[in-house]
Amino acid sequence: MYGWTGRMLRVDLTAGTATAEELCPHDLHVFVGARGLGSKLLYDAGAYDVDPFAPENPLIFATGPLTGTYAPSAGRYNVLCRSPLTGAIAASNSGGYWAPELKFAGFDLIYVTGKAAAPVYLWVHDGKAEIRPADGLWGKTVSETEYAVRARTHPEAKVACIGPAGERLVRIACVVNDRSRAAGRSGVGAVMGSKNLKAIAVRGTGPVRVADKEAFKAARKRAMEKILTHPVTSAGLPAYGTAVLVNVINAHGAFPTRNFQTGVFPEADRISGETLAKEYLVRKKACFACSMACGRPTAIPSGPYRGAGEGPEYEAAWALGADCGVSDLAAVTHANWQCNEMGIDPISYGATLACAMELYQRGYLSKEQAGRELRWGDGHLLVEGVRLTAFREGIGNLLAEGSYRMASEFGHPELAMTAKKQEYPAYEPRAVQGIGLSYATSNRGGCHVRGYTIAPEVLGIPEKLDPLVADNKAFWVKTFQDATALVDSSGLCLFVTFAIGVPEIADLLAAATGEAYTAESGLLAGERVWNLERMFNLKAGFTRADDTLAPRLLSEPMPEGPARGQVSRIDLMLPEYYRLRGWDEEGRPTEATLARLGLRW
Amino acid sequence: MLVVHPERCTACRLCELACTFHQDGVFHPLKARLTVGIFPEDDVFVPIICEQCEVAACQEACPSGAITRNLETGALEVNTSRCVGCRMCVMACPFGTMVHVDVDGKMQKCDLCKGDPQCVAVCPWGALEYVEPNDAALARRREVARRLAGVLKGVRV
Repeated sequence: MYGWTGRMLRVDLTAGTATAEELCPHDLHVFVGARGLGSKLLYDAGAYDVDPFAPENPLIFATGPLTGTYAPSAGRYNVLCRSPLTGAIAASNSGGYWAPELKFAGFDLIYVTGKAAAPVYLWVHDGKAEIRPADGLWGKTVSETEYAVRARTHPEAKVACIGPAGERLVRIACVVNDRSRAAGRSGVGAVMGSKNLKAIAVRGTGPVRVADKEAFKAARKRAMEKILTHPVTSAGLPAYGTAVLVNVINAHGAFPTRNFQTGVFPEADRISGETLAKEYLVRKKACFACSMACGRPTAIPSGPYRGAGEGPEYEAAWALGADCGVSDLAAVTHANWQCNEMGIDPISYGATLACAMELYQRGYLSKEQAGRELRWGDGHLLVEGVRLTAFREGIGNLLAEGSYRMASEFGHPELAMTAKKQEYPAYEPRAVQGIGLSYATSNRGGCHVRGYTIAPEVLGIPEKLDPLVADNKAFWVKTFQDATALVDSSGLCLFVTFAIGVPEIADLLAAATGEAYTAESGLLAGERVWNLERMFNLKAGFTRADDTLAPRLLSEPMPEGPARGQVSRIDLMLPEYYRLRGWDEEGRPTEATLARLGLRW
Repeated sequence: MLVVHPERCTACRLCELACTFHQDGVFHPLKARLTVGIFPEDDVFVPIICEQCEVAACQEACPSGAITRNLETGALEVNTSRCVGCRMCVMACPFGTMVHVDVDGKMQKCDLCKGDPQCVAVCPWGALEYVEPNDAALARRREVARRLAGVLKGVRV
């Protein structure tokens, strides 16, 4: 096989077995890989019916056919399972070096079920695997775990693991590989913890092959010419990381502040990518095969937050910063390092802390209940809260459940800024209409990387749209969702799509796999993945009523800034979105739509 | 000659991929003729390349005279018809840049892609450069001079 290895590793932690299996070539072709293929396996396993923490919930680590090649930024994989945060399908994406190593070891994906009697780690090397006791590893932080596992396996092994948060079933825990690259969202780390699986170490010494060498070279060249000349991918991301967006989004009045009470943070520049580059950035760093190098190794030489680590990137700078009213970049940076070490999603952590701060502000959560004051802008609380959450101590035990469950416990779920119980990222739906629809309809709940309409609505890529207008946004959301599903299934990083589109990706896929991918069939594959995820969620009990946003965004006008007076017009956009998708009024794919996509209930 | 600028390296490893794709037609970092040493704890990334040494240990150690210099590119190349696969070169090379590629046990090494090194072509940040040796030395001297100039600025002698 070309592109794909055609093999998966099936691990049953209850039985203590790990065996290699062939993958179905037809499934590889039509679901492409990574997010698409993983979703197919989850659906077929009936994971929509299982408790997310039950041993039966499959935990899938899936690469794409381009992973391991020198296609642009082709080093990614997805971690999939039924999410313990949302109950919906989870597919969290990560970069670094772990995913290509799995390809070099001869596997497209690892499929884990069951629960080990005591903590274990998995050691995968060149087509073989062993389940080994994780003696002395449980309780260790991410970097401690990585070093220890490497010492027990191979100096070149790449390690994906959970920190203390995943061990304690924190619903916003992530899986972290290469110390600071995370499959961040939807609590996939907690599912790993529920299986008593601390880490997966991988070492591969084999090659990844492509079908047509000359065509692949030419397709890469065409893609790279665009990536190396586009201002975002060639200049903005390398120089300032994703946090180059902080000032841009704030200028649009779309920078959610103090739990989405407003869209303007006057101190935004203090937590911007530009300020980070000036104050704490050590150098730029890339993931595997990536020319953009948006990774941010940072160091703080002195003061209470001294240390070193990676980040923050844009979403974390916002969640730990503006959303909690914190403008001290040292505190934000240190909290981000802590999230990496504890294995916690900084978006959901920051947003949940922000929700707690608003509950406190309004008197719904007392000082006695919280065990302390919860004041906006408290950098010390921000930093300390990460560890408390990971270990479920004090206020951390509330935060560990995510904002929706926490706010519900205090009788005010409307203050949780979530869709399908997952926290929104760093764009205000009242100020950018399309992204609101994207959050509301995202198959994994509140999320910006399912249909990143910020590109057209704010950055003007591929063309400039008015962010305050709801008309026609359904079309853009659908198109971006389908294209993104293809990107995530191929093994590429989403950021390449600032510069290249579906035609370039289809060319790379065709040359790599030898299958006849075209721009049309590629986009159709993305739409197929989207609909399959939707079917998973419908079977998990989600309905039209879940395709919405927090009441504040629908009824309270934005108080200030360029979007003053606006509310999110989901009511206008959603019916058009369903129609464009070929879904009925309840948001269910019609038989004709399923037939067109080759899917069946 | 190939020149490395570690301070420009971002650890993307595209050089390793381009190397084996050009030489062997597959993506295979283990068999790449160069490797990026990645030390994330210190945020230091160092590509290690074949230095094409003037007095080369690989060539000296080779009992069958299989390693000869291409006078056009200056690269030391393996003549696979003469290589007996004894791997003395692996033991001798101080940089570890001899690799074992062929199924029949023959060795390979960096041949500068016959004068068009693909690692250089693929590097997004100019961390690898292919230049005339004297140009490289001059550029390094100018770099040092510029740093010194910064120090000397404002200092009256």
